[in-house]
Amino acid sequence: MRRRSPIATITRREAVLGLAAVGLFDRAAMAADTETIAFDGLYKSFGVLGFEFSDRVTALRGKAVRMVGYMAPPLKPESHFFVLTREPLAICPFCQSDADWPVDIVVVFMKNETAMVSAGRKVVVTGRLEIGSATDAETGFVSQIRIADAGFSLA
Amino acid sequence: MRAYHWLAAILAAGVAGGSAAAQTIYPIDRAEILEGSRFDFKVEFPNAPTSADVNVTINGKPAAEVLGRPTNFIQSEEGQKHSALWLRGASLPAGRYVVEATQGDNKATVNWDVFATAQPRRAKNVILFIGDGMSVANRTAARILSKGWKEGKYDGELAMDDMPNMALISTSGTDSIVTDSANSASAYTTGHKSCVNALGIYCAKNALTLDHPKVETISEIIKRHRTGMAIGVVTNSEIEDATPASMIAHTRRRSDYNDIVKMFFDVKPDVIMGGGSPNFLPKSTPGTKRTDDLDFIAKFKEAGYTLATTKTEMNAAVTGGAKKLLGLYNTSNIDGAFDLRLAKKGSIAKFPDQPDVVEQTKAAIEMLKGAEDGFFLMVESARIDKYSHSLDWERSVFDTIMLDNAVKVAKDFAGERNDTLIIVVPDHAHAVSIIGTYDDDRPGQLLRDKLGTYADSVPPNYGPRDADGYPTKVDTSRRLAVVYGSYPDTCDTGRPAMDGERVPAVKGPDGKTNIANEKDCTGPLATRKTGNLPFDANSGVHSADDVILTAMGPGAEKFRGHKPNTYVFRVMAEALALGGK
Repeated sequence: MRRRSPIATITRREAVLGLAAVGLFDRAAMAADTETIAFDGLYKSFGVLGFEFSDRVTALRGKAVRMVGYMAPPLKPESHFFVLTREPLAICPFCQSDADWPVDIVVVFMKNETAMVSAGRKVVVTGRLEIGSATDAETGFVSQIRIADAGFSLA
Repeated sequence: MRAYHWLAAILAAGVAGGSAAAQTIYPIDRAEILEGSRFDFKVEFPNAPTSADVNVTINGKPAAEVLGRPTNFIQSEEGQKHSALWLRGASLPAGRYVVEATQGDNKATVNWDVFATAQPRRAKNVILFIGDGMSVANRTAARILSKGWKEGKYDGELAMDDMPNMALISTSGTDSIVTDSANSASAYTTGHKSCVNALGIYCAKNALTLDHPKVETISEIIKRHRTGMAIGVVTNSEIEDATPASMIAHTRRRSDYNDIVKMFFDVKPDVIMGGGSPNFLPKSTPGTKRTDDLDFIAKFKEAGYTLATTKTEMNAAVTGGAKKLLGLYNTSNIDGAFDLRLAKKGSIAKFPDQPDVVEQTKAAIEMLKGAEDGFFLMVESARIDKYSHSLDWERSVFDTIMLDNAVKVAKDFAGERNDTLIIVVPDHAHAVSIIGTYDDDRPGQLLRDKLGTYADSVPPNYGPRDADGYPTKVDTSRRLAVVYGSYPDTCDTGRPAMDGERVPAVKGPDGKTNIANEKDCTGPLATRKTGNLPFDANSGVHSADDVILTAMGPGAEKFRGHKPNTYVFRVMAEALALGGK
C-alpha cells in the first residue's frame, strides 16, 4: 500500500536503545559468517514487468546478512523500522504527496525501537534476510526484500 | 454583486449566532462549465441540518427541476457535522446560472457560466504540451544552450518561441496562491480550478479521496461523444503522476496511484506512455507497488493494447501499425535528457533502451494521426519540474530543450494542415533566474568570486551542440549562473552534477529538519547556503509567478494578454467544438 497515513497506525515500541548500544549489540550478535549483500546484487533481472531475485539472495533467504545503504527519511525520530535505499533520498516519500519510493528499497525491521539517524548517513544493517512480496500489517507497506530482527551502525 | 452576496452570507451567519461556516456550493463561484459536460453538484450545510431546514435553487427554481433529476439529501454525511445535497453527473445547457443555498437565515450564492462552443469545429487535432515547472528562465537558458548567443542575439529561436500566439497564464488553485501539478494540470484538462493534490474534483468535506464531487476531464468528454477521436497521454514521469493523471483521474489525493491506473483503464486513452510500471503489476510480482491481485498489464492487452517496454518495442509497435499502445519504459520516471545523452547516470544502466519525450511524441503522433475524427494528445516533459525541485538546473534545462524538440515534431506534423491546434504551456513556475556567468578564470577562491554580473557576465563556453541542439559538454570553465529563489539548507557547487541528480538536502537526525547534503559541501567552490524555506523543506518549491503560453493553429488566436489556467481548457474545447450533448 502506498503512504496511506502509516503514521496513524504505527504503535510506539517500549524499548528505546541508543545508537551506540545498537552498534555494540550488532557486533556481538552477528557472527563472522554473516554474508554481505549489496543493492547491485539483489535482483538478477530488473525489468518493467517485474524483477527476479538473484540466485545469491534466494540462497540467503532466512540467513544472517549485512547490507550497506542510506537510511531514508524516517517517519519519526524513533522507530522499529526504516527503509534502506541505494542513494540518499532528496525527498521523504512518507511525508510528501508527490514523492515515491525507489523500487529497489530494502525494508529493515529492527529488533527494538531505535533512534534514527540523518537520511544522508550511510548505515550498515545486519539481520535476517526475508524475500518475497509481503504487506506489513501495521503500516500496509508492501516490500519485496526485508531484513528482520535487525540492528544497524553508522558506516 | 458577487462580493455583496458573499458579504451578506457572512453577515447572516453572524446574526444567526451559529457557526461562521456558511454552506458551500460545488461547482464554486465563477465556475466556467462546458455546456453538456458532466459535473457532480454538491451543497454542504454546516451543523447537519435536516432537509426541511434547507433549500437550494438554481435561477430561482428548485435545483432538481433545473438539473432534470432528483437530488439526494444526506443528513450528517459520513457521520460528520454537515449535511449534503448531491446530484452526481449533472449537466446544463449554456447560460448563466445563479445557485442559492438557504439554511435558516443563511444564504450562500454562486454564479456559473455554462458556455457553448461555436460550430463548426475548427480543429481536428489538439496537441497540448505541458512543460512541468517550466519558468521563463528555463526557456532563456534552453535558448542559450541549444541555439547559441552572440553579440546580444540568439543564433536561433526555440520551436516554442516561433509560434504566433502567446499569453500570460496564472496558475493558482482554489485554496492557495502556489499550486501543485495535480491542481494546475487539472485546470487544463477540466476547465475547473481545484485545490492542491486534487485531480478532476472539487475539494469537499468527504473523507474518502475518491468521493469528492467530480468534474469531467477532456478525455472523458471526447470518449463520451466523439467515438472516432483518439486520445494520447505521453510523459516521461510515472504515468500515474499528476499531469498525465489529470487526463483521466478523479481523486482528492494525487498519490492514489493504484486507483489512477484503474482510472486509466476505465477511460482507455488510445496511447499511454510513461514510466511507473509497478502500479500495473499484481502484488505477487516482485517489484510491484499494487496492494491487490489485479494485473493491469494483462487487462490492457486483453483490451487490444500493444505493450511496449523499450524504445525498440515502441518503434516496432508503430511499424506494426498499432493504434492502441501501453508503453511503460521504466519502473520509476524515465531518465531525463541530461542522463540519457551525457551523464549516463540515473537508471540508464537498468533501463538502457528508454525513449525520450521527442521519440515518444513522434511515435504517438504516428499512431494517432490515422484516427478518422482527429486526436487529442497531451505530452508532458515532466522532469523540468522535478530537476528544479532538486536545484539541478542543467538537467531541468536539458529537459526543456527536449520538450522543445518534441514541439518541433508536432509543428512538422501540423505543417500546412491548418487543422491542428498546438499549445505549449507550463503548469506552474519555479523561482529560477539567470544572474550572470561563473568564470573559473576570474580571480578568487570562492564561488561568488567567480560570478560575473552585468558587464562581467561573459558568454558561456559550453561544448559543441549535437544534431539535436544539446551541448555535448556542460562542465566547462564558463557556465551560466542559474540561481533558485527557494531552497533548504544546501551547498552550491556552481557546477553541473555529473555523477547523478543533485540531492540538495537530506533529513536530519530529528526526522523533521532537513540539512545540507554534505556530499555537495566539499570541492573547490562549494558554498554553504542557509535555507530560506521552512525547516521541513528538502527541495526547492513552486512559485506563484505567471507562466508563458505559446500556441499556433486554429483557435490559438484566442491566447493573448493574461488568462487564468482554466482558459486553456476553454480554448481547446471551443476549437474542438466539444460543447452540447
